[in-house]
Amino acid sequence: MWQILRQIARSGLPTEAPPKATDDWYTERERIQSEILDILGQALCIRVVDAGSCNACELEIHALNNPYYNIEGLGIKIVASPRHADLLLVTGPVTKNMEEALKLAYDAVPDPKLVVAIGECACTGGVFGESYASCGRVSNVIPVDITVPGCPPPPIDILSGILSAVSTRSRGKGR
Amino acid sequence: MDIEAIAQRYSIPAVPLTGGAPACVAQVAAQDWQRIAQLVCAEGGRLISLWGADRQSLGERNVISVVYCIAEGLMWLRLALGAEEKHPDLSMVFPAAARMQRALFDLLGVTTDNAEDARPWINHGKWPKDYFPLQQRYSGQEQFNTHLENYAFVQVGGEGVHEIAVGPIHAGIIEPGHFRFSVVGEKVLRLEQRLGYTHKGIDKLFVGRSIADGVKLACRVSGDSTVAYAWAYCAAAEGIGECQIPPRAEWLRALLLERERIANHLGDLGALGNDAGLAIGLSQFTRLKEDWVRLNQQLFGHRFLMDIVVPGGVTRDLDDAQLDSLAIQCEKMEMEARALRAIYDGHAGLQDRFITAGRVLPKLAAQLGLCGLAGRASGQTWDARVDQRYRPYDQLEVNMATHLNGDVAARVTVRFDEIFESLRLLRQIMRQIPSGPVIAPLAMAPQNGLGVGWVEGWRGAIMVAVETNNEGAILRCHCHDPSWQNWPVLQHAIMGNIVPDFPLINKSFNLSYAGHDL
Repeated sequence: MWQILRQIARSGLPTEAPPKATDDWYTERERIQSEILDILGQALCIRVVDAGSCNACELEIHALNNPYYNIEGLGIKIVASPRHADLLLVTGPVTKNMEEALKLAYDAVPDPKLVVAIGECACTGGVFGESYASCGRVSNVIPVDITVPGCPPPPIDILSGILSAVSTRSRGKGR
Repeated sequence: MDIEAIAQRYSIPAVPLTGGAPACVAQVAAQDWQRIAQLVCAEGGRLISLWGADRQSLGERNVISVVYCIAEGLMWLRLALGAEEKHPDLSMVFPAAARMQRALFDLLGVTTDNAEDARPWINHGKWPKDYFPLQQRYSGQEQFNTHLENYAFVQVGGEGVHEIAVGPIHAGIIEPGHFRFSVVGEKVLRLEQRLGYTHKGIDKLFVGRSIADGVKLACRVSGDSTVAYAWAYCAAAEGIGECQIPPRAEWLRALLLERERIANHLGDLGALGNDAGLAIGLSQFTRLKEDWVRLNQQLFGHRFLMDIVVPGGVTRDLDDAQLDSLAIQCEKMEMEARALRAIYDGHAGLQDRFITAGRVLPKLAAQLGLCGLAGRASGQTWDARVDQRYRPYDQLEVNMATHLNGDVAARVTVRFDEIFESLRLLRQIMRQIPSGPVIAPLAMAPQNGLGVGWVEGWRGAIMVAVETNNEGAILRCHCHDPSWQNWPVLQHAIMGNIVPDFPLINKSFNLSYAGHDL
């Protein structure tokens, strides 16, 4: 136990002494947190669906949970069921073999639901495009609110995309 | 490579292939197909991959290929089949061939003679049963209105047995696949996987591309192994084009590959701690991984090093100051990872979950062909960096990390050992890297060429085989992920364990869905 405590003490909070690039992010992070609270007044629950990606986008979504980005600290939680989710994060071109599963997941998310397409393939079909095996971009299969390009997009872009989706929806409601 | 010895031992007309690892190719006849497999198996060789190509445009027919790893290196055997001709089954000798043969049928329409399991594997019903995308008469752009079909999972009978169906969408940030557990209470009697959900037709997309263009696809076969795939693809392409890449490019490729290995091992060690309830493991290791990939971004312009390895060399060079910054990061990482290893090793609760969970004993591992990192944790002492000694690893003397216990704890231990070995290799690379250019011009690929690349990625050895057509463009490019061998072994690893240990055991293998489904 003392080893763990020593390790915690020694590594401290990474966000307290960030490198230069993270300075901007620190203020960005505060802003995002207050916006989420303003817009939703609560936490944001996300269900991630890999509809056929190469798994690089998944690595970057995973990175959002590391202590640098610490999305749970912002009130954003990745949940296990689409029924618990406010927003779907979808990666990959949608393969024909995943088309139906994605539609089912979308239908299971309670209204009002948001969809953010993550990565080049989800935005445009990317290098895989449309074929006998691929439906191409996510919006060919379910409605998409925001697209986040990049191969893969860095975590900060994914976070901005999530927030844009939330604020676009709230503007749509006339708030 | 001693071609004479191979030709004599197997009675085949073997010719050497140029490229990364030592390799040879031979045309064989149908009656030799099983005979050679049995001989390879008896000598302790392994099946690497099996695939097929439609070569009608070259005046040939369907040609199926199998690659074995034998003592001398890779042996690529090719069997030409007549129309409607079946090919002999290899799954009785190498069980891992079963799924490869099923995929071969789904993609090319070539049937295995007398196969025990002829269920579709990649085709889930979204395209017709008589549509085979790799046949040259199809463009791959065809669209169909067929529907998903039920899959005939093996039923387990008996009192109190019930099924748990999981996926294709899993809880968490995971790739899609379906797992069907047959359980009694909490105990797993049987697991059957159904994969193919991320199949996006990569094999067909390669067809007709130029050698230079194909690497972009190779980088996106499995994003976590982008360096390994790109390197294996380039080694195959450079072998066909007889392109000698500059020595500095070879060393930079090794540097990138070892960085990719460390990044993935860090992520896995964090997730393994978390899956066993030690949340601090996840936060500490993901912190280290973030530091690691941020320096990638700074020095190479990409967090996961995508699109840097290209045919002819690499697109980025490092100056001395940049090499120094890498060396400093290695020092820091060594210290941090050692501190975390002491915590993992000394944590009774964690070790209680790790030890004996998901055990694959060496005998079973050898029978089923378990390979890569998981194989080394079950006594399968194969590492292409050591036994193939392709450049620059022939000058680096890699120490292979192995273990005999074959449980989650062993796979954790091998990951830790490999991190420290890769850090040592990185320091050696930074000290000894030769100077000079980092890219050489790639000549037009010759017509009707064959090339194979073989690179030890973090998960295991990745093989890419390229065949060119009579314009020097890609006729067929086959990418093989070690997950093909290891997915079926995971079905055995979980037997007798409890359902709640499955995430932990699965993570300890961390196999690729994208790299398997293509």
